[in-house]
Amino acid sequence: MSPKSVLLWTMQAAFFWLVLFVPQLVVFLLVDEPPTWEFVLMIATLVVGIVHTAVEPSWRYRVHRWETTPDAVYTLSGWLSQEWRVAPVSRIQTIDTKRGPFQQMLGLSTVTVTTASAAGPVEIEGLEHEVAQRLVVELTNTTQATPGDAT
Amino acid sequence: MSTPAEVPAGLPAAPEFVEPLPEWHRLHVRMLVVRPLNEGIAMLVPILVLLFTGNGEKWRLFASGATVAAILVFSYLIWRTTRYRITDDQVELHTGLLTRKQLAVPRDRIRTVDLTSKPGHRIFGLSAVRIGTGQQDVPGTDGLTLDAVTQQEAERLRLLLLQKGVAPRAATTAEGEHAEPVPLPESEVISQLDLKWLKFAPLSLSGLVAIGALFGVLSNYADDLGLHPVQDLWEWLFENPSLALFAVFLVVLAVAGLVLSIPLYILQFWNYRLTREPDGTVRVQRGLLTTRSVSVEEQRLRGVDIQEPLLVRAGKGAKLAAVTTGLGSKGESNLLLPPAPLSVAHQVSRDVLKVGNDPTTLRLRKHPFAALRRSMLRHVVPWVVIATGLAIWAPSWAWPIPVAIIPFAALVGWDNYRSLGNALDERYLVTRNNSLVRSTVALQRTGIIGWRIQRSFFQRRSGLMTIGATTAAGAGIYHVTDVGESHGLALADEAVPDLLRPFLVDSTVDDQAERNA
Repeated sequence: MSPKSVLLWTMQAAFFWLVLFVPQLVVFLLVDEPPTWEFVLMIATLVVGIVHTAVEPSWRYRVHRWETTPDAVYTLSGWLSQEWRVAPVSRIQTIDTKRGPFQQMLGLSTVTVTTASAAGPVEIEGLEHEVAQRLVVELTNTTQATPGDAT
Repeated sequence: MSTPAEVPAGLPAAPEFVEPLPEWHRLHVRMLVVRPLNEGIAMLVPILVLLFTGNGEKWRLFASGATVAAILVFSYLIWRTTRYRITDDQVELHTGLLTRKQLAVPRDRIRTVDLTSKPGHRIFGLSAVRIGTGQQDVPGTDGLTLDAVTQQEAERLRLLLLQKGVAPRAATTAEGEHAEPVPLPESEVISQLDLKWLKFAPLSLSGLVAIGALFGVLSNYADDLGLHPVQDLWEWLFENPSLALFAVFLVVLAVAGLVLSIPLYILQFWNYRLTREPDGTVRVQRGLLTTRSVSVEEQRLRGVDIQEPLLVRAGKGAKLAAVTTGLGSKGESNLLLPPAPLSVAHQVSRDVLKVGNDPTTLRLRKHPFAALRRSMLRHVVPWVVIATGLAIWAPSWAWPIPVAIIPFAALVGWDNYRSLGNALDERYLVTRNNSLVRSTVALQRTGIIGWRIQRSFFQRRSGLMTIGATTAAGAGIYHVTDVGESHGLALADEAVPDLLRPFLVDSTVDDQAERNA
């Protein structure tokens, strides 16, 4: 996990809360005599947003782990709720990389490993581009070496 | 097709290939009638409404005529643009007018064949063939479906497509009518409909579901007519709240559900037969008006799911579903046994899985006490929240309703905890979940293709985790809910050796698991 992920998650969280907060602020400023509950809701959004943006990314960074062995891909993700995912290399169907707008800014990638199960994709977030590239090549090679239709 | 000249030097020439190139076939020409018939039934009421409301204006006549014409033209175009062929390697289907779709399914990937004849099909002796592969279905897509061919041709395709390598080289005619009758090989009957099972029909509440659906459809049409019975009724009830009326409503609903459920059961499961075919498939046939025949490749059967809706369970009954790949989600295509006595379900499960003892009868290991607390909270808290909300913001008669529900919710929470359990034998991972529709799944350990282990904030505080075994079959993931951390990890580690083990390090939880393992 690149240390830059903390920045990535901070940007994502800040963006999310801004989308919620700004329209409320605009309404609050434009409407004459806004009702009290609107003010309360706005302040609540602001407070929760700030706390979440401040706490979640570094907490997440402490939790997140990933690892590959010749036999399996493994991730641990989440913060309040945490989830481990394991997929054996022999059951891998596809390996994708994707980059969201924030990730492109920071030079990060997400590698998604899918199996034949619709519930089974293993996502490795926040990898440096080169690390992601190397991982994809490595996994592709080991996957190709495995016969069978992986179901 | 490779000519002998292309055979690399040094290898013996391939045996001469006598099979002619399979030709392209059209779907049966009778579909020109059947499709308008099947779709026309669905459009009948809107058309009638359109025709007979208003004062017989001309545009109404015109619009109805145009709709009927559109259905006819549409059916013709579908028939005209659809072709299929079956080569030695794959099944190909070309279809679509504006968007041409070319589907090809490699024949060695075919896992299931589903033959469905709606009433329209049956009048004209046709059947739709749906071919399922190992891939999990994307919701909304329908796999590769040939809608429709003659029943004879469908039967021949079923045998052909599921028989690996030894495809019968029967004469193929475009219409299939003149094809030689397929000699029916012996098949072994595992289970058949027993009329005594009808007593489970009312218990399965299917009648109530049907009433709900009927109600939805009717109120839809009522809306088209400019009536709003639901809204009117609701407003009227709001003004005259009455306990007696509510009771009468419940009784009427219950009786109607009871009466409807029996014909529904017969409609769905008449002529139900579960057989093991000589070509290595398990086949379910059923239905009174719409007949279905679902064949599942036995090798790809990853397990079974014993489902016990609350009332059916109270009557010591259950239904059985297959855990397998390649079945669509439409209309319970994975059903192996309709609601029947539990003992029958266990016996069918044993016969289908070809094991000495049904794995779902294994003694299940209970989950920790903390799971009971979580289950109770999960079921009771939402109602408390609703009651509080209503007490603050709604008229005063509203809040006692959720309060009255709380004891039942608590019972369900308790029963939900009692349901939880897991077990492992040499071949199967067994897990049981839920109360209202209790589901006991036996999943083949070799069919598990990964783990998803979840620990929410509260679960971590009570030392619990939910272990999800992912698989290509059935629902894609089966959960062992709220299991103790050390036991859960040990279970996952034992079920699929060497998958989790390398990662069970440097964490306090994992150390526990190591000690317990």
